[in-house]
Amino acid sequence: MKPRLLLGLVAALAVLAAAPLALDAYWIDVLNSVGLYALLALSLNVILGDAGLFNMGHAAFYAVGAYTTAILSTRLNLPVLWTLPLAGLAAALFAALVARPVIHLRGDYLLIVTIGMGEIVRIALVNDVFGLTGGANGIFGIPRPVLFGHRIRTPAEFYYLIWAFVLVTIFLFHRLERSRFGRALTYLREDPVAAEGSGVDTVSYKLAAFVLGAAWAGMAGTLFAAKMTIISPESFSFWESVVVFLMVILGGAGSIPGVILGAVLVVALPEAFRGFANARMLVFGLVMMVMMVFRTQGLWPLRRPRFRERDLPPARATEALSETAAGGVEAAR
Amino acid sequence: MEQLLLQLMNGLAVGGIYALIALGYTMVYGVLKLINFAHGDLFTYGGYLGLTLLTSFALQGRLGALGAIAVLTVMVMGLVGLMGVVLERAAYRPLRESPRLSAVVSALGGSIFLQNMLMLVYGARFQVYPEGLLPQTTIGLFGIQVPLVRILVVLASVVMMTALYLFVQKTKIGTAVRAAAIDQGAARLMGIDVNKVVSLVFLVGPALGGAAGLLVGLYYGQVNFTMGWTYGMKAFTAAILGGIGNIPGAMLGGFLLGVIEALGAAYLSVAWKDAIAFGVLILILIVRPTGLLGERVAEKV
Repeated sequence: MKPRLLLGLVAALAVLAAAPLALDAYWIDVLNSVGLYALLALSLNVILGDAGLFNMGHAAFYAVGAYTTAILSTRLNLPVLWTLPLAGLAAALFAALVARPVIHLRGDYLLIVTIGMGEIVRIALVNDVFGLTGGANGIFGIPRPVLFGHRIRTPAEFYYLIWAFVLVTIFLFHRLERSRFGRALTYLREDPVAAEGSGVDTVSYKLAAFVLGAAWAGMAGTLFAAKMTIISPESFSFWESVVVFLMVILGGAGSIPGVILGAVLVVALPEAFRGFANARMLVFGLVMMVMMVFRTQGLWPLRRPRFRERDLPPARATEALSETAAGGVEAAR
Repeated sequence: MEQLLLQLMNGLAVGGIYALIALGYTMVYGVLKLINFAHGDLFTYGGYLGLTLLTSFALQGRLGALGAIAVLTVMVMGLVGLMGVVLERAAYRPLRESPRLSAVVSALGGSIFLQNMLMLVYGARFQVYPEGLLPQTTIGLFGIQVPLVRILVVLASVVMMTALYLFVQKTKIGTAVRAAAIDQGAARLMGIDVNKVVSLVFLVGPALGGAAGLLVGLYYGQVNFTMGWTYGMKAFTAAILGGIGNIPGAMLGGFLLGVIEALGAAYLSVAWKDAIAFGVLILILIVRPTGLLGERVAEKV
């Protein structure tokens, strides 16, 4: 790692760790929202940015995770943080189930299907499906998480919990990007036909990316449920999916720093301009159109390793020529 | 039996509205292979513009009910059609050669923008149409009493769809539209100005959508700034159901979806009504992505 990059990372971590000391409860809460959305955006990034699958029903997986936590912790009295892996698992299973039959659909069709899936999940929650989700009122009284015997209650405590999870996520997804799996996804996104031709099992890889992203959204749902203590179907509307989608596109699909920048901009900026709260979505819509026309790749796009001519070993044409000439002489003898 | 007939008529009226909106989706998709997400919101503008024009020019008092509606329809169709053309110029034309995702995101952005613009101008509450615009009489049909409004909605949608069908099938300009849908490059070589065709499609599709918005306003008596999202998704489902890119398919899909939904709400569950349409959409995309009438070989869907 380059020293400058390392220095920057250390400085960023220090700022992140010190932030709750300098801010009041309101802004810490805003940062908590940023953290949760960053988690969602990072998880969608695996699906949308890395694998190039247009998923606009991400709120559904978030909802499955949050409701899993809520149901398990209020009915079975499981500790909230124990439900974290279970929420991830539930969201992953759900994603595998719904994505398997539609994963082969082309871009915009997949988009429509995922919108439909998200809406069906929301309607199911409102209609109190299986008698577990509490209908339109949702579920309340979700207990606070307990970590090493310490009950996490204040915004500052949640801040450390959420951002620790964000950091772990960034590290893991960064490693994933550089792995064989990540390279396969990149190939798949750039040219699915060529990828399939070179032996990448496109359907399994797409499905794996979808399931992984969903699992992470489910775990973000656990944190959301723990932070809010009340969840209702309203929190998982279509607009939630749109906002997360926007974060990924705005920041730069496939780029981890870009996606986090997207989350910061989309959540924190409207907070800074509260007077224009009504115009928030109007501005989002406008930004989406303008960005696509003028800066399709996003604000902080992924820098791909490029092939440069000077990286080639210097040509040895003359040597090769003299070798063959020598060989020719040999053969003639 | 009476209940069934009543629900069928109800389904046909709603289906006619779906079909009118679906035509806009299907025409744009046919020519540009783009899902115009903002189409549903243009439909909403039809409902709102209709209301504003009606009240601000006091049309009803000056022209009487039928005259007012006729003038209103023409004005709304013209204005919403114009909006469609402007939208295409601003948000879609610069992206004609870009990857698909860009156009899709831009379309979604357009949808969000238009919807929130409406909210800022009119406020978030639903708007109510003046009463007594249409006669509240019912007429007997197959032994049941059907509101006249419902029959008028079905008739109006059928008339407009037939006009569009004849326009696309029988006129020279319509032939150009069909040619551009089949192969843009070849159409260009034959001297067809594809940009003009696209503009035309974005004039006609939203005009029909706007008319549908006006019909919803007249039929239900109220409009809501978010209604374009639900109606848009359902109309899109209808377009897929009939076979996207196919004009008779959109009509068939619209009526079919309206009836399925009405019957589903009546006999299965009202609370799940909206989920029925989405379920149909997902099912049709899995089982038969080309739709019922989609004879055109689908590119890798």
